[in-house]
Amino acid sequence: MKNKRLLSGPYLFWAIAFIIIPLVMIFYYGLTNNNGQFTFSNLARMTTPENLKALGLALLISLISTVICLLLAYPLAMILSEKNVSQTGFMALIFILPMWMNFLLRTLAWQTLLEKNGVINSLLNLLHLPELAIINTPYAVALGMVYNFLPFMILPIYNVLSRIDKDVINAARDLGANNLQTFLKIILPLSVPGIISGITMVFVPSLTTFVISDLLGGSKILLIGNVIEQEFKQGSNWHVGSGLSIVLMLFIIASMALIAKYDKDGEGSMF
Amino acid sequence: MSNKLIDIVNVSKSFDENVVLDKLNLYIRENEFLTLLGPSGCGKTTLLRILGGFETPDSGEIIFNGQNINAIPPNKRQLNTVFQKYALFSHMTIADNIAFGLKIKGKSKNYIEDKIRYALKLVNLEGFEHRTPDSLSGGQQQRIAIARAIVNEPKVLLLDEPLGALDLKLRQDMQYELIRLKNELGITFVYVTHDQEEALTMSDTIVVMNQGYIQQIGTPEDIYNEPQNAFVADFIGESNIISSTMVEDKVVKMLGATWECVDVGFGKMRPVDAVLRPEDIVLVKPGEGVIDGVVTNIIFKGVHYEMDVLANNYELLVHSTSMYPVGTEVGITVDPFNIQIMKKPESEDAEAVGIEE
Ligand SMILES: Nc1ncnc2c1ncn2[C@@H]1O[C@H](COP(=O)(O)OP(=O)(O)OP(=O)(O)O)[C@@H](O)[C@H]1O
Ligand SMILES: [Mg+2]
Repeated sequence: MKNKRLLSGPYLFWAIAFIIIPLVMIFYYGLTNNNGQFTFSNLARMTTPENLKALGLALLISLISTVICLLLAYPLAMILSEKNVSQTGFMALIFILPMWMNFLLRTLAWQTLLEKNGVINSLLNLLHLPELAIINTPYAVALGMVYNFLPFMILPIYNVLSRIDKDVINAARDLGANNLQTFLKIILPLSVPGIISGITMVFVPSLTTFVISDLLGGSKILLIGNVIEQEFKQGSNWHVGSGLSIVLMLFIIASMALIAKYDKDGEGSMF
Repeated sequence: MSNKLIDIVNVSKSFDENVVLDKLNLYIRENEFLTLLGPSGCGKTTLLRILGGFETPDSGEIIFNGQNINAIPPNKRQLNTVFQKYALFSHMTIADNIAFGLKIKGKSKNYIEDKIRYALKLVNLEGFEHRTPDSLSGGQQQRIAIARAIVNEPKVLLLDEPLGALDLKLRQDMQYELIRLKNELGITFVYVTHDQEEALTMSDTIVVMNQGYIQQIGTPEDIYNEPQNAFVADFIGESNIISSTMVEDKVVKMLGATWECVDVGFGKMRPVDAVLRPEDIVLVKPGEGVIDGVVTNIIFKGVHYEMDVLANNYELLVHSTSMYPVGTEVGITVDPFNIQIMKKPESEDAEAVGIEE
């Protein structure tokens, strides 16, 4: 008993120093003005037209990226989960490998690839094909998000899929279900927890990122993450930056709650 | 009951180097209750999975109603399976689990509801409709697995140790229910168990398997009374297997004495194995039996006493309703009809295969 308490000490310290205190500070800055007086005006800054636009764009791009990730990841996770371990190892490695490289570096690499006079366009020129002009557009940002966050969608889905008992699938087939019915009525519902954590792990970082939009969107694509970054760094206005962060946090919590609720409702009527 | 419904012809199956089934031949007749009986790992589940379509045999044919069904997927086969590990759908209620097959077939709502009620009553779990599988005990899950398969009224039901998780009382009730069901619906049962008592009470035909080979096929009486080799004798019930010599037809030399028996055709002075069931050994006064022995151990078993009797350096297992204290001298005799003579296996391989020349 005493030992256990002792063991949890470092975690407690960690939680207080790096989770609780920063959160308290964000809430403090977010809910006060320069004079230290309580105010909601920092939160209300979200409603300015520019900020709303940035939030809307961020929501749209991260939603699209999340959907694309899901569509790409699910079939791949299924293929991986059906193979035996030795084959999976290699396949998984190919998709996980990029994760071992620096995030910034990977995104910079895409910048070089996509640039007006970048690698891809040089190649296209060589082949006398029309140029690709997606750098500094929302498409490039979405591409960056999908590329960077895809593994976070694959892993949780692969995890739940590989844990489904093969005989449960056999039982569905045995009871007359064809492949499609088995997928829709058994495999998909059973993999919902993996889908949800995959969505969370892709949607949240996409919604808050400013690096990807900075590097692949140029100065043209302003997401809510960029706005907050600018408030903190260029504006040095911690109050507004924190206020916007709080609103964004509430947004994320609300959307997660929505997904969780939908999942609960879904369970009963899935069939 | 005479026509073959399923014919298993020369079926082999191995996993990597591990040969699980080797050129297995077996047919199952319509309305038969056929039990696959054998020790753990002998290939019972594998054979059942091949019938269900979840494994493909490496070679050989599965003939169903005269047609080769090797390439037919499980959902197109007219049989249903009760899986060894239940394999219930954890994201559905019990009612939805049972209804699964019927919904796929597009049965009407009323029909399905009736069936669910009927099936739950059958497995003694009325009122469990809205529970989820996780909230059920192992035995209850097992019964739901039976209910889920049975509502589909398949031609053949494959059951893989379907009563393994139940206590004795419930198991006996379910055995009775399954047999009633089989007679009522005219379903052919292929039943896997390693419980020999269950096999003896329920089956029309028992197939004793060992290491992927069929040891003996026969009625429960055949298997129990006339085991064809030492493996079957040992596996079914308790038995004394004694190395003996067949002197001539109907005369066997065993335990240092000459006994009268009824077996013929083993030749003269041939080494054989003799099987004596513990309940067939009769204890009499010393000197009045064929040989004498001494009681070395006695345990009360409820209906009978179980004794070890040392006779000519062989410890015989004897069941008797009379009690003989340890150290008692007894005479031993056996009715000639109760001495079962078997050929000795020539080698270990032959023992596994049950080859009889
Ligand atoms: N998918 C598989 N891959 C590799 N080996 C397998 C596989 N399935 C079964 N085996 C092997 O085949 C042999 C027979 O297995 P099987 O499950 O048929 O035994 P069983 O008679 O049903 O045993 P039990 O009574 O314990 O259920 C075992 O040695 C097992 O290890
Ligand atoms: Mg088994």
